[in-house]
Amino acid sequence: MALLETCNLQAFYGDFQALYGIDTRLEAGETIAIIGANGAGKSTFLKAVAGLVRRPAASVLFDRQPIGALSAADVVKLGIALVPEGRRLFPSLSVEENLLIGGHGRKLGGPWTLDRVYSLFPILKERRSQAAPTLSGGQQQMAAIGRALMSNPRVLLCDEISLGLAPIIIADIYATLPRIKAEGTSVVLVEQDIAQAIKVSDRVYCFQEGRLSLVGRPRELTREQIHDAYFGS
Amino acid sequence: MTGALDAVIQGVLLGGLYALFAAGLSLIFGVMRLVNLAHGDLIVLAAFVILVVAEKLGLDPFAAVLVAAPILFAIGFVLQHVLLNRTLGRDLLPPLLVTFGLSIIIQNGLLQLFSADSERLRSGAIETASIALGGGIAIGVVPLLTLLSAVAVIVILNLIFYRTPLGRAFRATSDDPEVAQLMGIDHNRIFATAMGLAFVVIAIAALYLGLRANFDPTIGPARLLYAFEAVIIGGLGSFWGTLAGGIVLGLAQTIGARIDPEWQILSGHLAFLAVLAIRPRGLFPRALD
Ligand SMILES: Nc1ncnc2c1ncn2[C@@H]1O[C@H](COP(=O)(O)OP(=O)(O)O)[C@@H](O)[C@H]1O
Ligand SMILES: [Mg+2]
Repeated sequence: MALLETCNLQAFYGDFQALYGIDTRLEAGETIAIIGANGAGKSTFLKAVAGLVRRPAASVLFDRQPIGALSAADVVKLGIALVPEGRRLFPSLSVEENLLIGGHGRKLGGPWTLDRVYSLFPILKERRSQAAPTLSGGQQQMAAIGRALMSNPRVLLCDEISLGLAPIIIADIYATLPRIKAEGTSVVLVEQDIAQAIKVSDRVYCFQEGRLSLVGRPRELTREQIHDAYFGS
Repeated sequence: MTGALDAVIQGVLLGGLYALFAAGLSLIFGVMRLVNLAHGDLIVLAAFVILVVAEKLGLDPFAAVLVAAPILFAIGFVLQHVLLNRTLGRDLLPPLLVTFGLSIIIQNGLLQLFSADSERLRSGAIETASIALGGGIAIGVVPLLTLLSAVAVIVILNLIFYRTPLGRAFRATSDDPEVAQLMGIDHNRIFATAMGLAFVVIAIAALYLGLRANFDPTIGPARLLYAFEAVIIGGLGSFWGTLAGGIVLGLAQTIGARIDPEWQILSGHLAFLAVLAIRPRGLFPRALD
C-alpha cells in the first residue's frame, strides 16, 4: 500500500508549466530517488507535494487521502517534511531555535526530540547557541535535516542535500540516513549526485523538462538508460 | 544647571511617550516588513475606544484600557487577516496605499462619530500629581508612569520575541515566510497575531496620549511622524533601539523648547536628521538585513 502517491501531478508558475502529469509512488519504509538535470522540475515536484506550489487536490495522496488542497502548514502536520534546497535555515535564529521551530506545529508524537537530533548530529549540540549563518555548509545541512525531523515526519523530502558539500561531508550525512529510516521514516531524495542517490534508493525516477523520462529499480537500469533519460537522447 | 538637569529629566520622560507611539510600529515592521501609515490614526482610534469604554462603563481610564485592549487585539487581528495580509508581497506599494487609505478612513470615521471637538481621558488627581525631587525639579506622575510603561512594554516585547515559541515563530516568519510554512506555521495567522499584539501596545500608547493632552480625530499623522522618527533613530528591528529613539526625540524637543519654545518640534526633526546623517541605519540596527 503506497504511503505517498502522486497521480497526474501538474504544476504551473503563472503560464509556465513546470510539471506534466507526474506519477510516482513511495511505499512505507522505502527510499526513492528523483534525478534529472537542472530545471527538470525536481524541486517543483517536492514543493508540490509539500504544499508550497499549487496542485490539483487529488494529484497528491497520502495514506490514500487526497492532500492536494492542503496548505504547506497543514501538510507538515500530517507527517510530510521538506528539507528545502539550499538549507534555508532561519538566519536570525540560533541553531537550537532552528531545530525547535521544526517542531512548532507538531501534532504527531514520535521518536524525534532535540536530544535525539543532537545524538544524530553531535556537532549541532556544540554549536547550539550560535546563529545559524555561522555554521559551515555541512553543519547547516545537518541542521536543516534535524529541523525537518523535529516534526516527526513519516515522509522526509530532501532537496539536494549534497549540493556544494565536500565528498567526505556528503558521506557523513548519507551515513545518517539508515538511522533516520530505522525510526520508520520513508525518504524521497532529490539529487544531482546520481551515484550517491542510486546507492541508497529502492526506486529511481528520472525527470526531464517536467516529464518522467525513466522509472526503475537501480540494479535494473543501465548506465545508458540513465544517461539518455537524464540528458535526453 | 538645575534648568539643564530639569530639561534632561523632562525630555527623557517625554521620550517614554514617543517610545510607546513607536513600539507598535517597530513590532509590525519587524515581523512583517509592513510600513503602517495608519499607525498614528490607530492610536487616536484606540484613545476614542478607551474614552467610550470609560464613559459607558463608568471606569477610570486605567481600568478602561484593560477592557479596551482585548477588543483592540481582536480588531488588529481581523484587520490584518482580512485586509493587510492581502497587500503583503514583493511589491512595497500596496501596503503603503492601503494603510494610507485606512488613515483617511479612520480620521473621517472618527470625525463623523465624535465631531472635531477635543477630548481628554480623565483620571482625577493623578493627572496633575507630581513628585518633588528637590532643587526645584518635579516630575509628573503621569509622565513617570508613561516612561515606566514604555520600559515595561519593551521588556515584555523582548521576552515574547526571544523567550517564547510565539516569538520564535515571529522571527522565523520575518526571516523567511515560505520556509516558515514548512514548519507548520500559518504565516497569515502569525502576522494577524503580531498585529493584534501591536494593537495592545497601541492601546497603552493611547491611554497616555489621552491622559497627557487633548486629542481629536485629526492628530494621528503627527504622532505617526514621531513614531517613525523614533523607530528610525533607534534602528529598525530593535525594541531597545526604539526606546532609545523615543528618548533622543523627547530630549531634543525638550531641550530645544528651553532654548526657544518655538523650536520644540523643529529640534526633534533636526535630531532625527543628525542621527540619520551620522548613523544611517540608526543607533542600534539589527545585525542582519
Ligand atoms: N518560482 C518560479 N517561478 C517561475 N518559474 C520557476 C520558479 N521556480 C522554478 N521555475 C522553473 O520551473 C522549472 C523547474 O524548476 P525546478 O523545479 O527548480 O527544477 P530543478 O529542481 O529540477 O532544478 C525551471 O524551468 C525553472 O526555471
Ligand atoms: Mg532544484
